Amino acid sequence: MTNRSRLHIPQPSARPGDEPDFSYLNLSPAGSVERPAADARTREIEHLSVELIRVLDDDHRAQGSWNPALEPAALQVALRWLLLTRAYDERMWQIQRQGRISFYMQSTGEEAVSIGQAMALRPGDMCFPSYRNQGLYLYRGSKLVDMMCQCLSNTGDMCKGRQMPIMYHNRDANIFSISGNLATQYPHAVGWAMASAIKGEDHISASWVGDGSTAEADFHHALTFAAIYQAPVILNVVNNQWAISTFQGFAGGERRPFAARGLGLGIPGIRVDGNDLLAVYAATTWAAERARRGGGPTLIEHVTYRGGAHSTSDDPTKYRPKDEWLEFPLGDPLERLKNHLIGEGHWSEEEHESVQAEMRDKVQVAWKEAQKQGTMTEGPYLDPATMFDDVFVETPQHLEMQRQQMLDLES
Amino acid sequence: MAQMNMIDAIRSAHDVVMAKDPNVVVLGEDVGYFGGVFRCTDGLQRKYGEHRVLDAPIAEGGIIAAAIGMGVNGLRPVAEIQFADYIYPGFDQVASELARLRYRTCGDYFSPVTIRTPCGGGIRGGQTHSQSPEGIFTHVSGITTVMPSNPYDAKGLLISAIESDDPVVFFEPKRIYNGPFDGDPNKPAVPWTTHPKGEVPEDYFTVPLGIADIVKPGSELTIITYGTLVHVAQAAARLTGVDAEIIDVRTLAPLDVSTLADSVCKTGRCLIAHEATRFSGFGAELAATVQENCFYSLEAPIERVAGWDTPYPHAFEWQYFPGQKRIAAGIRKVMEAQ
Repeated sequence: MTNRSRLHIPQPSARPGDEPDFSYLNLSPAGSVERPAADARTREIEHLSVELIRVLDDDHRAQGSWNPALEPAALQVALRWLLLTRAYDERMWQIQRQGRISFYMQSTGEEAVSIGQAMALRPGDMCFPSYRNQGLYLYRGSKLVDMMCQCLSNTGDMCKGRQMPIMYHNRDANIFSISGNLATQYPHAVGWAMASAIKGEDHISASWVGDGSTAEADFHHALTFAAIYQAPVILNVVNNQWAISTFQGFAGGERRPFAARGLGLGIPGIRVDGNDLLAVYAATTWAAERARRGGGPTLIEHVTYRGGAHSTSDDPTKYRPKDEWLEFPLGDPLERLKNHLIGEGHWSEEEHESVQAEMRDKVQVAWKEAQKQGTMTEGPYLDPATMFDDVFVETPQHLEMQRQQMLDLES
Repeated sequence: MAQMNMIDAIRSAHDVVMAKDPNVVVLGEDVGYFGGVFRCTDGLQRKYGEHRVLDAPIAEGGIIAAAIGMGVNGLRPVAEIQFADYIYPGFDQVASELARLRYRTCGDYFSPVTIRTPCGGGIRGGQTHSQSPEGIFTHVSGITTVMPSNPYDAKGLLISAIESDDPVVFFEPKRIYNGPFDGDPNKPAVPWTTHPKGEVPEDYFTVPLGIADIVKPGSELTIITYGTLVHVAQAAARLTGVDAEIIDVRTLAPLDVSTLADSVCKTGRCLIAHEATRFSGFGAELAATVQENCFYSLEAPIERVAGWDTPYPHAFEWQYFPGQKRIAAGIRKVMEAQ
């Protein structure tokens, strides 16, 4: 203490040129945290917000009471989805770099959050994703071609050219539309869950934000409403350590984990190894069961790392060590699940390479297909007259006039 | 028919729609057990239960956002924001989410939320209980913006708003909740029983959105206004002896251009009056619209009477409020122009 006030300016543990340093992460050994009953009282499980639920240990074996004991076949399927997500991201990144789409965002390093959680939710549950949940779309049934067409703003685009790349939606799969305004969807998920309870249905909802967006008022609105009405919702914070250039300390993550943000409202918080698909699945299953049985909301913090740049418009070498991801103590979620399956005798390097190649082929085939529906330079093109549709249910007079003015100028 | 003030009419609109459609839910600060600080939802929770009339925490952004989520899940939420002055924390949810959801998903998702909020001054509310922020909402594409001026319209328009699949922001001029107000604060308050539009059917009926109302036909001048000033403008016109055609816009966006344009083309003179601040106010859009449609019929420059471009001052409310004198002066100015 000093005899005057001073500002604290949060500083990340390493900047470009520094040795990566993750000593600030509180890591519990795999299997060391006990899984409570889904109806445990929040005050009795406050420690879950500080400790880290991990199932896979450093030797890739599943440990402890959170081990969901998924069948090897189910884990092989999970690995395929992880590989597809990464293959999709890699290809789309290249495609953006070739100037063939305007923008892209990868989920590299945090794929297990989307896939693990998608596996734990039911099809009737509603997802309110952030912009790094592409695995969720894929797992729940969005076609690669459709997602690529969205990124191309071509004639196959579900958004008819109205949204930037990656802002997908999928009504049939119960996945909401991605907004560029961060965290706005978080309280929507709570409202959706409240409606589910009002209607007497047992569907739950889930939403995702990054560590950075927890600073938004919408985050706090969501927690407050979820707590007050005990809405059946899973609120996820994907703590990937970086919000563009600001580390998680700039969202208040230095002194308390994000999982603890709900405790003051009585919302249980679970801090989980986000790169451990088994742990993510187990935590989500726990929260889903709690919500469905009237136990209300759960806040899950997924500790992970943003392996890539924030977006194609970003250069992370300007603000963090180049090799930081390689030193991240929770590793790469794909490698960890792969090594677990190999260790259990249910997977091999050969199978892995073969599936990897298969996924890359799938992506390549889809890309060829997507381009047939139009590219940025070659038709077919969307009809610009459609830009005036869907502002209102029925297009009002002034918009019809503007449509005509636009068409007169274009012809 | 029943005698209703605007509060009764708004409550009756809720009641009728809630009885008809089990998906209609109401949420807002103090709207449940207590029935709202202005009593607009009084009795609804007792009748329809705590799951359909929800007291909400003091978080306008959260109220609007939760309503959006409920709407996506098939409900038809009516959210009350206690004062229009408090709506700003929810503005991002309106402008970035509610207004654009249908558009950005090409109709795959939408949320039929109605946001009701009392607006306007004349009630000693100072700068935080008197504002008229309708122009901020008319500037957002995808929002239907409504402001009724009497009990009959309030009920009919609110039912239309709740039943609309488009999001609606519904402004309620609170100075005229209990009676029409002609702008003179020194006269005794007049109840709605003295006004023909205080006669309101108890059952279901609608007043269509997007249609302006010619409150009083006239030949010398068109006064385009809405909300409380519909009544003030009528008194001001009587004061001047000018035969004014008075139009109540009712739905500000999408705007009923032809009713306004036909009238001004007929009279050749136009005054626009609103309580909101003048600069970039909705009156500017009205003036531009009239100019585009009626330029060659105009015999005088279009006149605007509005709130001064200051915050709404508590102690100088009646110098601030665009009352009879200001509107009458505006009418004379338009009439005298050669």
